[in-house]
Amino acid sequence: MTFAVVVFPGSNSDRDAAEAARVLGERARLVWHKDTELGEADAVILPGGFAHGDYLRTGAIARFSPIMGAVADFAERGGPVLGICNGFQVLLEAGLLPGAMVRNRDIKFRCEFVPVRVDQVDTPFTSACAPGQVLHLPIAHGEGNYYAPPDVVESLEANRQVIFRYTDRSGAMTEGSNPNGSVHAIAGICNAARNVVGLMPHPERACEAPLGSDDGRIVLASAAEAIRDGRFRARPAAAASR
Amino acid sequence: MRARVYVTLKPSVFDPQGRVVADALLSLGYEDVKDVRQGKFFEVELDGGDPATAEARVTEMAEKLLANPVIESYRVELLRS
Repeated sequence: MTFAVVVFPGSNSDRDAAEAARVLGERARLVWHKDTELGEADAVILPGGFAHGDYLRTGAIARFSPIMGAVADFAERGGPVLGICNGFQVLLEAGLLPGAMVRNRDIKFRCEFVPVRVDQVDTPFTSACAPGQVLHLPIAHGEGNYYAPPDVVESLEANRQVIFRYTDRSGAMTEGSNPNGSVHAIAGICNAARNVVGLMPHPERACEAPLGSDDGRIVLASAAEAIRDGRFRARPAAAASR
Repeated sequence: MRARVYVTLKPSVFDPQGRVVADALLSLGYEDVKDVRQGKFFEVELDGGDPATAEARVTEMAEKLLANPVIESYRVELLRS
């Protein structure tokens, strides 16, 4: 199967994402942000980095990149879309996921490995995980402090759209285990249809043991498996245009 | 015609940068500082001379792009010069 990785000017984790797919034995294609079609794609990744220099707000300008029309259409048709770090911020600004990011609570850019608990396994990117499984994943962000108004957070919780949370190694939420101040220690969420997922940690940078962890493999491996057995597939474009 | 747009985080959203600036001011001895909110300031130059139209258009720009309505509020000010 094929992951299409969108490259924005300022993306810096695009090749990491493509390499992570190859490590799993899957295909990856880099798609330039000025393209208007994704081409062959079973899943789409919006990678980490600083798209368009993070001018105005993180992800704010990327939503105007020509490729985003095709990404929104792919998402609308039920295709699996993963936004990692800056890619998550782009999905928020594009309105494909609810909420927004503000500066980390302590202002610091946090670059370290943290435990991340998988709370829901019925998304294309967590389907191979065990509920409550704790992954050892790197974070690298200055604006990963997830915020949404209380009613939105309430509906995310009620609809089980909080997919990843910052916890300690045992999976417990503690005062010290939230690295950026995110509301409800949210590290990642999905949309109502559950095919679009965004998270701040970088699973693609933790796919081989020499990199410090290979816990991240399960995120893309989940997608590969879910797509192969037909659980998460984009409907053909013609059916969606009605 | 020119317009000014002031964008700040909503009162319900914690502003870590503003807090750090407030702490720095306290360190400088400004003990009367209670809080600081940091924001953004835009000056927009427009064609056309009708103030009502200009205000409506700049408000739309603030809503669509200059501010993120999830976390930020804005104020539009028209410069009649």
